[in-house]
Amino acid sequence: MNSSWSRFNITAIVLGFAFLYLPIVLLVIFSFNESKLVTVWGGFSTKWYVSLFHNQGLMDAAWVTIRVGLISATMATVLGTLAALALTRYTRFRGRVLFSGMVFAPLVMPEVITGLSLLLLFVAVGLDRGFFTLTLAHITFSMCFVAVVVQSRLVTFDRSLEEAAMDLGAPPVKTFFQITLPVILPAIISGWMLAFTLSIDDLVISSFTSGPGATTLPMKIYSQVRLGVTPEINAACTILIAIVACGVIAASLVNKRREVQRLRDEQAAQRG
Amino acid sequence: MKHPLSAITNRLVILVPYLWLLFFFLIPFFIVFKISLSTTAIAMPPYTPTLGLADGFSGLLSQIGEFSFDNYLWLTQDALYFNAYVSSVIIAGISTFLALLVGYPIAYGMARAPATIRPTLLMLVILPFWTSFLIRVYAWIGILKPEGLLNQLLLATGVIDQPLVILNTHSAIFIGIVYSYLPFMILPLYSALEKMDYSLIEAAQDLGCPPASAFWKITFPLSLPGVIAGCLLVFIPAVGEFVIPDLLGGSQTLMIGKTLWNEFFANRDWPVSSAVAVILLLLLVVPIMFFQQAQARAQEQGR
Repeated sequence: MNSSWSRFNITAIVLGFAFLYLPIVLLVIFSFNESKLVTVWGGFSTKWYVSLFHNQGLMDAAWVTIRVGLISATMATVLGTLAALALTRYTRFRGRVLFSGMVFAPLVMPEVITGLSLLLLFVAVGLDRGFFTLTLAHITFSMCFVAVVVQSRLVTFDRSLEEAAMDLGAPPVKTFFQITLPVILPAIISGWMLAFTLSIDDLVISSFTSGPGATTLPMKIYSQVRLGVTPEINAACTILIAIVACGVIAASLVNKRREVQRLRDEQAAQRG
Repeated sequence: MKHPLSAITNRLVILVPYLWLLFFFLIPFFIVFKISLSTTAIAMPPYTPTLGLADGFSGLLSQIGEFSFDNYLWLTQDALYFNAYVSSVIIAGISTFLALLVGYPIAYGMARAPATIRPTLLMLVILPFWTSFLIRVYAWIGILKPEGLLNQLLLATGVIDQPLVILNTHSAIFIGIVYSYLPFMILPLYSALEKMDYSLIEAAQDLGCPPASAFWKITFPLSLPGVIAGCLLVFIPAVGEFVIPDLLGGSQTLMIGKTLWNEFFANRDWPVSSAVAVILLLLLVVPIMFFQQAQARAQEQGR
């Protein structure tokens, strides 16, 4: 590798990350702006955060968003993990091609189509639009992301561990909970987090599937953005970013510690 | 497996997610198709016929007789829809190409970075994906506005003396799509480039092949699976994108996701918006099947 190539590489990475992060950084900086103009710096202030917490509509929306996120992420994790197991463990069953199609297609399906089709389903079966339909919709699209995350871990999983447990007489269900689950748990946790962030971020599918009384934060932010850019929205966005950043950092620390522990256990096992 | 219990659990592992997706993902498409054949009505739900067995079986048959392809005819008669489809595909295509141009050097740089910092770089690429899509698009409004930060910077440094008009143009949509979908482009490219054996390039260069032609003859063809996966991951959702053209493109831009949204929320015409969705789906069926096969193949290889 000669030095001109690595200089090119470093430049590409630095510019690329600047492009990825600068807009978010600017957004956060201008949430602390004294001036009402979002693009002119008028001094440091936290007044937009104060006014944010006095905005009852926004607070209600935040509460709805968090509840839908928690419920739908948990359900999506269960369903997505099952789907991942079905895809990796059972290579032959009737309708497998259709099944894998239904797992992968929602990942790229334009949200307007998913949203419209779910809404029409809810109308056809006579469900009133609101918190419940919103949650069902979120479970449906996020379970596929969970399935992909968990599946990628299952593919590299050493099946001989399970076989050993079963040879020693452990029933399959017990084997799953004692052997398989602990190994794929990091993937399940990151799947849950992905499902949760997808849920609290979603605008398009929520707009189609929710009804009166179940306005989510992105829907609220969107309707305000259409009226104009305000520092208050910047503040709301900054809080959302902060929540997600804390979650991701916490998860990666937990993962790292588990990884270190695992390596230590393996070394101990080899020595013993 | 011999346990009688395990046969049931085996079946449940497949059946539960299968039935869920069947009911909440596949069946809704048939409902969309059914409603696209209906007529608008001032009622709730705002279309007729609503299939039901209220009038017995003969009633159901006569309801089926009311279905028509009028909505599809309507789509072909109004040039608005055709133009919206065409411009969506063009905008998504250009954006995908730009995302490839921007993403490839980043992915390449990451793949050739020291192995110790690669996981960190990978996490830094994924991280923006965890922040809200809406927020990331919103952030660009403040940058691209006529009095926004980009124009302020360019005016202050003397690069331009008139503010550039970027917001509410196609350029703003390109920037928005490239920015929002860049991680989707970088990740498959990175995983293809990381697996590559770089001694091939060294061998080519030792034999006197100039770096540029070594790149086109070796690196690029070997990274082609990643290029295809990345392009599909960007192109397919971008065609039906709503938030980006709505917030960055202004009222002038025509994209099909926005048309569908307006047809549904502003005009409350459910049958026509269903017809728009059906055509959009037909447009995307080929790339989606491509994508699904690429995924299945990758999964087979990972085994």
